[in-house]
Amino acid sequence: MSGSTTCVEAAHYYLSAIRAKLRLNAFVDIYEEELLERAAALDKKRSSGAPIGKLHGVITGIKDVICYKGHKVTAASRILHKFTATYNATAVQKLLDEEALIIGSLNCDEFAMGSSNENSFYGNVLNALDEGRVPGGSSGGSAVAVQAGLCMVSLGSDTGGSVRQPADFCGIVGLKPTYGRISRYGLIAYASSFDQIGIFANNVPDVAAVLQVISGNDDFDSTASAISPDEYTFDTPSTGTYKIAYFKEALEHPSLDQEIAGTIKSFINNLPTQHFKVRAISFDLLDYIVPAYYVLTTAEASSNLSRFDGVRYGYRTNDDMADLTEFYKDTRSAGFGKEVKRRIMLGNFVLSSGYFDAYFTQAQKVRKQLSDKTALIFNDFDAILLPTVPSTAFKIGEKKDDPIAMYLADIYTVFANLTGIPAISIPLFRHSNGMPFGLQIMTYRFSELSLLSLSHQLMNVSRQDLHQSTNP
Amino acid sequence: MQVTDKLVEDLANLSRLSFNEQEKEEIKKDLQKMISFVNKLNEVNTDGVEPLLHMTDAVNVYREDIVQGSMRKEEALLNAPAADGNYFKVPKVIKK
Repeated sequence: MSGSTTCVEAAHYYLSAIRAKLRLNAFVDIYEEELLERAAALDKKRSSGAPIGKLHGVITGIKDVICYKGHKVTAASRILHKFTATYNATAVQKLLDEEALIIGSLNCDEFAMGSSNENSFYGNVLNALDEGRVPGGSSGGSAVAVQAGLCMVSLGSDTGGSVRQPADFCGIVGLKPTYGRISRYGLIAYASSFDQIGIFANNVPDVAAVLQVISGNDDFDSTASAISPDEYTFDTPSTGTYKIAYFKEALEHPSLDQEIAGTIKSFINNLPTQHFKVRAISFDLLDYIVPAYYVLTTAEASSNLSRFDGVRYGYRTNDDMADLTEFYKDTRSAGFGKEVKRRIMLGNFVLSSGYFDAYFTQAQKVRKQLSDKTALIFNDFDAILLPTVPSTAFKIGEKKDDPIAMYLADIYTVFANLTGIPAISIPLFRHSNGMPFGLQIMTYRFSELSLLSLSHQLMNVSRQDLHQSTNP
Repeated sequence: MQVTDKLVEDLANLSRLSFNEQEKEEIKKDLQKMISFVNKLNEVNTDGVEPLLHMTDAVNVYREDIVQGSMRKEEALLNAPAADGNYFKVPKVIKK
């Protein structure tokens, strides 16, 4: 967006695109008036010759779990459906400081719990490539907004794959940065030792541009790392050699769609050997990562969501209630949806006395083993490749009543959240059923620089392949 | 392990949630499935492994003790379901 257009024109363009695609249900709120005012102010500033921000005029959507002062933020839940943010998330403040234009808030699964966007107070989001299919979740609205051209980039949050999985289902790029790379201040908490704000875009350089702006330490989040954000450039193609591992068990897993397995295997085997040294390694903990993930995240969620009591904010039941405990129960039972209640219940189970050691402590130990194993792998390799999801986008309603089937679809994504490493899904492939699917790439903690340049390179490799196969 | 009605009721109370009879049957079935699923973790030998408690290596992140990030009272009360200008209002908790 430089020279040939104005911020106001861009804003109008995206607003009319949103209006034309309202049925996708990607947006919860659209900030039309304010967007046009801010766009006009940016145009005026630019034409006065003043220096412009790094994200000047970039039309950005934000998931409905990220606070933007004066705007509603509801976590797609009845319990927060009238809540107005009283401060800016650090990521939002940084976007605004660099002159990004925030166009609206984006639909998601309630409290970011879900893999299909079927758990929203505002209803399903539709996959723009096939409206009978889910867009993935929990950041389904953020993915569809970029997929359908309703904004240039968007923010989501990723606790167990909630950015990478919908990016895979929608055929776009989705990054979950290292735990601690981006401040979580102003992000509604689901599982605090897993949550990380993530970025959706159509290409890797756009993801990098946003990451550079919103990452960095923060006085308001002591887990946000002091390690400085990288400077990302994609002008010079890397000439080095990447050492790449993939998990044998992952590509041979019975839950993995055969066509996805075959496509990814052949992609990996055909990588040009002068730049990529690929080796299959064994990873015997694969079947334990989803159980470990659900024990730890539901425990953290049951604790984080205890703040919703109908007293200080949020939905409140009729308060002529005789008993305070009943008042809390009524408020929370009417305010939370089914999946949220399931996870609170499981979380309180694994934390309750008598079960704590067998489930919670055991899961923390498994997490330690995973984390140590991962560090060892990255002693020998620069990156790990995995599928993002075992299947392409499934039909609306297909898995809604089977929580376990839904949870198992997270098998390839939760690994990065359990170990805190950065991971990205890049849209390289198309299935014979017509839907896209991605390749997931992971590097070691705080190695986003290498993750993004490798991803950019792989997208180019794939484009050349396509070019060659269509022009033999 | 078997999920009993008693366990469901205890967890619902700890969770400050209530379920009607039909919902109770449903959540009982779901919990049974979810607990059997996470039981798989017990197959992993974790002898001698310390639990992982923190995701960052950072210890004692200090900053100057300057007041920042606080909120005006009016703003803090903005989202209250019931307030009287200075306080959040709650149902009466002291019984005669």
